[in-house]
Amino acid sequence: MSKLLEVKDLRVSFNTYNGEVQAVRGVSFDLNEGETLAIVGESGSGKSVTSSTLMGLLPKPAGVIKSGQILFQGEDLVKKSEKEMQKIRGKEISMVFQDPLSSLNPTMKIGNQIIEGLIKHQGMNRAEAKKKAIELLDQVGIPHPEIRVNQYPHQFSGGMRQRVVIAIALACNPKILIADEPTTALDVTIQAQILELMKEIQRDTKTSIIFITHDLGVVANVADRVAVMYAGKIVEIGTVDDVFYNPKHPYTWGLLGSMPTLDAEDEELYTIPGTPPDMLNPPKGDAFAPRNEFALEIDAVMEPPMFKVSDTHYAATWLLHKNAPKIEMPESVRRRIEGFAKTGKKGGE
Amino acid sequence: MARYILRRLGYMIVTLFIIATLSFFLMKMLPGSPLNAEDKLSEEQKAIVLEKYGLNDPVPVQYVRYLTGLVQGDLGISFKFDNTPVTQILMDRIGPSALVGFQAMVIGTILGIALGLIAAVFHNGFLDYTSTIIAVLGTSIPSFVFAGLLQYVFAVELGWFPVALWGEPEHTILPTIALAITPLATAARFIRTEMVDVLGSNYMLTAKAKGISQAGRVWKHGFRNALIPLVTVIGPMAVNIMTGSMVIEQIFAIPGIGEQFVSSVLVNDYPTIMGTTLLYAFAFIVIILIVDLLYGLIDPRIRVTGGNK
Amino acid sequence: MENNNLNNLPKDLFKPLVRKEDTSETISKPSRTFGQEAKRTFFKNKPALISLMLLVIIIIMSIVGPHMTEYGNDDQNLSRAKLPPHAPVLEKISWLGFDGTLTDDFKGSTVEEAKRKAILRFDKENKGKFIDFKVKSKGNGERNSAKVEATYHVYEAKGMGDQYFWLGTDHLGRDQWTRLWLGTRVSLIIAFVAALLDLLIGVAYGGISGFFGGKVDNYMQRVIEILVGIPNLVIILLMMLFMQPGIMSIVIALAITGWTGMARIVRGEVMKVKNQEFVLAARTLGTSNGSIIRKHLLPNIMGIIIVNTMFSIPSAVFFEAFLSFIGLGIVPPKASLGSLINIGFQNLRIYPHLLVYPAILISLIMITFNILGDGLRDAFDPKMHK
Repeated sequence: MSKLLEVKDLRVSFNTYNGEVQAVRGVSFDLNEGETLAIVGESGSGKSVTSSTLMGLLPKPAGVIKSGQILFQGEDLVKKSEKEMQKIRGKEISMVFQDPLSSLNPTMKIGNQIIEGLIKHQGMNRAEAKKKAIELLDQVGIPHPEIRVNQYPHQFSGGMRQRVVIAIALACNPKILIADEPTTALDVTIQAQILELMKEIQRDTKTSIIFITHDLGVVANVADRVAVMYAGKIVEIGTVDDVFYNPKHPYTWGLLGSMPTLDAEDEELYTIPGTPPDMLNPPKGDAFAPRNEFALEIDAVMEPPMFKVSDTHYAATWLLHKNAPKIEMPESVRRRIEGFAKTGKKGGE
Repeated sequence: MARYILRRLGYMIVTLFIIATLSFFLMKMLPGSPLNAEDKLSEEQKAIVLEKYGLNDPVPVQYVRYLTGLVQGDLGISFKFDNTPVTQILMDRIGPSALVGFQAMVIGTILGIALGLIAAVFHNGFLDYTSTIIAVLGTSIPSFVFAGLLQYVFAVELGWFPVALWGEPEHTILPTIALAITPLATAARFIRTEMVDVLGSNYMLTAKAKGISQAGRVWKHGFRNALIPLVTVIGPMAVNIMTGSMVIEQIFAIPGIGEQFVSSVLVNDYPTIMGTTLLYAFAFIVIILIVDLLYGLIDPRIRVTGGNK
Repeated sequence: MENNNLNNLPKDLFKPLVRKEDTSETISKPSRTFGQEAKRTFFKNKPALISLMLLVIIIIMSIVGPHMTEYGNDDQNLSRAKLPPHAPVLEKISWLGFDGTLTDDFKGSTVEEAKRKAILRFDKENKGKFIDFKVKSKGNGERNSAKVEATYHVYEAKGMGDQYFWLGTDHLGRDQWTRLWLGTRVSLIIAFVAALLDLLIGVAYGGISGFFGGKVDNYMQRVIEILVGIPNLVIILLMMLFMQPGIMSIVIALAITGWTGMARIVRGEVMKVKNQEFVLAARTLGTSNGSIIRKHLLPNIMGIIIVNTMFSIPSAVFFEAFLSFIGLGIVPPKASLGSLINIGFQNLRIYPHLLVYPAILISLIMITFNILGDGLRDAFDPKMHK
């Protein structure tokens, strides 16, 4: 598998009235061709900012890329002009947004919203583009696409609208599809359908997907690899099996332990105490330390680097240092993971 | 949709009926009759005049006659102005009023939209502040003050236009500008707010993510969405122009309905005053109705809730 | 990713962290009440603050201004009609226009003819004794080729060089300064009273309609729907014809039409707040209607009521001026800004000062109230609190 996208030490800040908010503080990851990478984290962890930075969609002038590289097929997107980015957005990298209700133009027919990108990037004429639009609607599972293509967004249900948004994103066969919490605003049953659709699409088109979510259950369902973000940093990254069966970072333990499952009978859910740090003045040392019951003295002094667990698995916690005391994950989390292994299921699948 | 129109028409008729009734009984209570103009008539002649105007009949009979007259477009007969039928007086004068009012509406709206769009696209920039200042001044300064300024600078001092004259197309320029300033400012303020909202909306982000250029986004996605709600302020803008026209026509000596109204007030010509009032009410109500129906037509979301589907 | 100096970290750092005190959840900013936030936002708004100061000055002047001169509202004296502004000290600076002179350009085929025209216009009796001429163009005998600028010293000509009418006099010789501030006073009184009535009627009607809802609301809304259908202009004009013109009539006419806007807004807000969970919570705790209104509804709709009132004041100022302008408002000899502007227009060509000052003043009042209203709206908008 070759690397399609390489993000190196990306730092993004927002200049606000109160000062500089460091939303992303040195994020690095790779995306291989045809794989699905899930970025997981709670709100404010910087996962959505990361994804909009990849697309060059940071709100100007508040959002600033402080440093870092985004190498897409070897070219640095950070250095590209707005004009050059316009040729990449929608064509090479496209995006599915969280709220299907508001991400479609209410006064424009669905067809025209799909056609736009096709005419711009593929140089099609209207008739060809419309034919393609109908195919796309069919592909994302919208019945009667030839009628639906002439309708307005309010004539679609939430799930159907999200399918349309996906069709728009897929229109020009992008190499990367960024899905920013695409199922969060939908009903649970609809969520499953949309996830199924995305898996299908990936099978058929071999598009790489970056899947942003706060829901670990969803991750297990769709992703090949998982990156866990906390306070603007990736704290653990690895394959789904690495992260679900052999988590190393206490934050990942917390996330796994706090996930309700059907198997976990009268067991108490594990909770992570406290709240995420204020990114206006991030704490010294490890940002997770104040909430970490396994924190070491060094956590208050120095930020942990990425420690290698295996070739595919890295985690940023001092517990992996050779001098660190042997600390095992909490019993409840362990039982939870054993449960996954027994049933062959991960999370809410 | 049909039910909606019917309901609206019903309201419109009720409103007009109330206004007509109100104005009829007010007229009955007010002093003044066709006789005031002809004081030197003998008793017999007076009786003939009263008979001619139907003022000897009992009030309910007069009321019914008044209402039937209204339905046929008969607004009664002026006490002054050679006892001409009010309808005819107004018909003669509707042209200049409509011309200046229409010009002001079109120019004001178009310039206002342009100003508002510029302000929104350059949000918080120099152009934004400039157009915001223009908008605040335009909504605040009364049109007659503005008219005075125009008249003094361009007619009295510079002598480019006649001070107050009617006849040639260029005579409409100053009054049109004076009248256009309020709708211009209203539209500019409104469009700016709408457009700033629209530019910050998620579907604009979707469009950006599609790779559409900024100009393309503003034009294809932003413009239409910001423009549709503007229809809702067209009604108030039209009322503004009607109110303004009364003073503007007076100031620039335009032989229009507003000027007629003011001269009728000065000589207590009640039938003409009432007739003009009714005409204004009618025009206002019809404009509001048209605007509402138009809104339903151009906004796809309303079209469906209207019951079309 | 591991590098060498990581191996050299002191061992004693790898002990479980001893927590001193959990500071992760201390509140770093002092908490402010909504009112304090609103005040802070408002006082940061420069245009609104300047507007507020200007308005205070205008209101004070409308109270004390008329007493600053020796002339009354209706001291007519035709011998001193239409005098230009003449103010002590300021008269020394000629371009300010307070030197008690009238200046205009006159044209003729010769300089002499142009001068004759000036004398004819300004002062026939004194044969140009009090007129200074400045020849701007000698002319060549053709029609209107010569041009002179004539400056007429009105006060000297009338032997009133020691008298000062700061803003000149009107067509009946009344002091314009006195009448300007009296007119402002009348306009402001009308606007404030009309706005107050709007507030009382609108809040009561809208509040009752919104709070009780159901059938009551339904009937009350039908009534408003019909009232709103009738243009304000029409009702005001009809009312003004029917009543004796004067301050009271204008106030009544404005109040009768103005309250519907307030009523609709208040009803909408009450409906919105009433259905929110915290009101429901108060109800389930057995709170009485009275204290729900006092403690929950009023504080939440106060902002919008104040802002709306702020905007109804300039609109009342405008309507008063409009009515007085078309002759349906204030009756002479009382002055209002509208009637002063009307007189100004009749004398615009030769005596523009009669229009300039009332026009500036009414514009200032309208602009400042509008900016103030905008400022208050921002101040009450939680989104604007930073």
